[in-house]
Amino acid sequence: MIGSMVNISKKWGFHGVDALKKSSPGYLMLMGSFALLALAGVAVGLHGMITGYHNVYGVSREVSWGILISAYVFCVVTSTGLCIISSIGHVFGGEAFMPIAKRAVFMSIIFMLGGFCIIFFDIENPFRMAIYNVFSPNLSSNMWWMGTLYGAYLVFMVIEYYFLLEQNHSLSRLMGFFGLVVGIAAHSNLGAVFGMLHGRPFWYGPYLPIYFIFSAAMSGGCAIMFVTTLAWKINPEIMNQRMERAMKAICQVTIFLISTIIFFTIWKIVTGMVSHDKSIVIMSMVTGDYAINFWCFEVFLGMVLPLYLLIRSRGNNFNMIMWATGLMMIGIFFMRYDIVVPGQMVSVYHSMGVEEAIELIKYTPSFHEIMAALFGLSVICFAYFAGEKMLNGHQLEKHEIVPEGGYICPGCGAIHFMEEGETEEEAMKRHHKIW
Amino acid sequence: MKFPDINLNTLKNEGTESVTIKERRNFLKMGLAITGVYAGGKILSLSSTFGVAYASGSDFVEKYPYNPHYSMVIRQSLCIDCEKCVDACNKTNHVPEYGYRTRILTRKYQDQLDKKVEFIPVLCNHCNDAPCVRACPTRATYKDPVTGIVRMESKKCIGCKTCMLACPYDARYFSAERHAIDKCDFCWEERLSKGETQTGCSSACPTGARTFGNLTDPENIVFKLVHQLEESVWVLRPEDGTKPNIFYMKGNMVSVDNILKGQKFTYTDPAKKS
Ligand code: SF4
Ligand code: SF4
Repeated sequence: MIGSMVNISKKWGFHGVDALKKSSPGYLMLMGSFALLALAGVAVGLHGMITGYHNVYGVSREVSWGILISAYVFCVVTSTGLCIISSIGHVFGGEAFMPIAKRAVFMSIIFMLGGFCIIFFDIENPFRMAIYNVFSPNLSSNMWWMGTLYGAYLVFMVIEYYFLLEQNHSLSRLMGFFGLVVGIAAHSNLGAVFGMLHGRPFWYGPYLPIYFIFSAAMSGGCAIMFVTTLAWKINPEIMNQRMERAMKAICQVTIFLISTIIFFTIWKIVTGMVSHDKSIVIMSMVTGDYAINFWCFEVFLGMVLPLYLLIRSRGNNFNMIMWATGLMMIGIFFMRYDIVVPGQMVSVYHSMGVEEAIELIKYTPSFHEIMAALFGLSVICFAYFAGEKMLNGHQLEKHEIVPEGGYICPGCGAIHFMEEGETEEEAMKRHHKIW
Repeated sequence: MKFPDINLNTLKNEGTESVTIKERRNFLKMGLAITGVYAGGKILSLSSTFGVAYASGSDFVEKYPYNPHYSMVIRQSLCIDCEKCVDACNKTNHVPEYGYRTRILTRKYQDQLDKKVEFIPVLCNHCNDAPCVRACPTRATYKDPVTGIVRMESKKCIGCKTCMLACPYDARYFSAERHAIDKCDFCWEERLSKGETQTGCSSACPTGARTFGNLTDPENIVFKLVHQLEESVWVLRPEDGTKPNIFYMKGNMVSVDNILKGQKFTYTDPAKKS
C-alpha cells in the first residue's frame, strides 16, 4: 500500500508532506493562517446554521441573494475561466498555452470546490439537495441544471486532472474537451439563472449568459497569471522559457478579453439608461450607493488598471503582472457582487408607485455572511499554497506534452524534432543555424 | 404595475357606436376563455343596457384549466387598511413575525379630488404560468393539478431561494420553522381542505374587499365580478405573462351591487343631453 503510494507520487511529481516540512516558517505560517481563517469561517457558518440564517444573515425577503451567492459566482466564474483558457492549449493544441495546463486544471477544481463550500452555507437545506435533485428533478429549472452541470463539470475536471498526472494525453484531452463543453453549458446556464427571472429587469435577457462566458474567460486569464506569477515568487524554478512564452500569450489574450468586457460594460450602462426599471439600478451604480463598488473596484481595479499594467508589462514583467492580476481578482469579485446584489434593489412593486416600494432596498453583508464567504476563499488559498509545495509547483515533465521524437528547445522554448541519429544539440543547431 | 395611464375619472366616453360586435365578442372571449383577464384598465362601454352580459359566455367556462378554479377578486376601493386579513392569515397559518403571506400596500395621491390614498392588498397570485414553479429545482413548489393553487411540498425544499427572486409579486419568504419556503396556499392546509369555503383573509375582511371563490361556477361571486364589463378588471404586472388568479377592480359599490343582484340598469350616455 505504502509502496504503491510512493510509486504514484514519483510518477505524478508529487512531493507530498515532505515538501511542506521543508518549506520556510513564513510559508507555513501563511498556510496556517488560511487554515485558521477557513476553520473560523466554518465555525461561524455553522453557528449561523444552528441559530437560523434569518437571525444572522443580512439577506432578506427582497434581497435573498447576497455576498455568499456573489462569492459563489466569483468562484465558479474563475473555475470555468481557468478551464476555458487552459483548454486553448491542451485541448485545442495551442502550443504556447500548454505549460499552464496542470496548474490551471488543479486551480479550476479548487475554485469549484471553494464555490461549493460557500454555497453550502447559503442553501438552507443542503442535504436535501443531494436527494431531491436526483429524485425530483425539474428539467425546466435553471437552478437544477446549474447543480447538475457543475457537478458533471467537476467530475470531468477531476478525471482530466488524473489523466494529466498520468500523462495520458489523449484521454486528458478528451476529458478536457468534455469538461469544457459541460463547463460552458453550466456557466452560461448560471447566467440564465439570473437572465430568466423576468420579474427582474436588471437581469432579464440573453445578456448575462453571454457576458458570463466572456467574463469567465477574462477571469480565467487573470487567475492563471496571478497564480503562476505568485508561484514564481514561491519557487522561481517554475519559470522556464516555455512558461514565459505561455505567460506572454495569456497576457495578450487577457488584454483582449478585458477590452471585450469594457465594451460589454459600456453597452450595459448605455442601454440601461433608457429603460426606466434598469436606469434606477444603473444610476445607483454610476452615482449612487454602488458608485464606489462600480468605479473604484469594478472599473478601476477590475478593468482599467490591469489593462494598463498588462500592456505595460509586455507579458514579461512578472512583478507587474502579479500586481495587476492580484488587484484585478479583487475587482472581479466586486464585478460579481455588482451583478447579484443591485439586481434585487428595486422592489417588484416599485413601478406601482406604492409607498412601501419607493425606496431602493438596501443590503449590507453581515459578519456571518462575510465569514462564510471567507471560509470558501480561504480553502482555495490554502489548497493553492499546499498544492504549490506538495505538487512540486505543478512542473511539467519534459515528455509530458512533447510528442515523441521532439524536445523543448532550451534556447527558444519551442518544440523541435530530432532527425534520425541526431542528438538534441545537433537538432538545436540545425534549427537555429544562421546562414 | 404597468397599465395604460388613464385617469378613470376624466376619461371621455367614446360612446358605443364605435365598438363593433366583433370587438365586443373578442372582449367577452378574452374574459371567459382563460384566466389572466386583463381588461386594459379602461371602461369599455359596449351596450346601452347592461346587467347579465356575461351569460352569453357560458360556452367558454369549461376552458378554465382547474375545477374548482380558486381565485380572488380584490375590490380595491373597499379596502380600509384595517389589516384584519393579515392578522387572520398570520393566525390561521402560523406565520412567524418575521414573515408574511399577504400585506397591504399604500398608494398616495396628491392631486386627486376624491381620494388621497388607496390601499392595495397583495398576496400570491397563484399564477397559471407560475415563474416560481418553473424556477424550483426540486419541484418543491407546484401547481395543484385540481385546484390550481400553487402549493409547497416542504420536505423537498432545499432553500435555494430562487423562487423568491422568480416571483414577480414578492409572495414568498423562507420560514425557519418549516425549514422551507412558506407562501399563501389560499388556506388550503388550514381551511379549504377541511371543508371551509372561504380563506382566512376573505372571511376576516369586514368590507368585502377580498372576495374568494370558484371561477368556474357562474353562480359564484368571483365569476360574476370577473365576467362583467361595467367595471374594469385588471391584474398586477400583466407584462410578466404569469396569468395571475388574483383580479383587481375598483369595486364601486353601486355598480358592483348591480352586478351581483343581476339587476339591469340603464346606461345613459353623458355626451347626449336628454
Ligand atoms: S405570485 Fe409568485 S409565488 Fe404565487 S404563483 Fe405567482 S410566482 Fe408563484
Ligand atoms: S427555495 Fe425551495 S421552493 Fe424555492 S426554488 Fe428553492 S427548492 Fe424550490
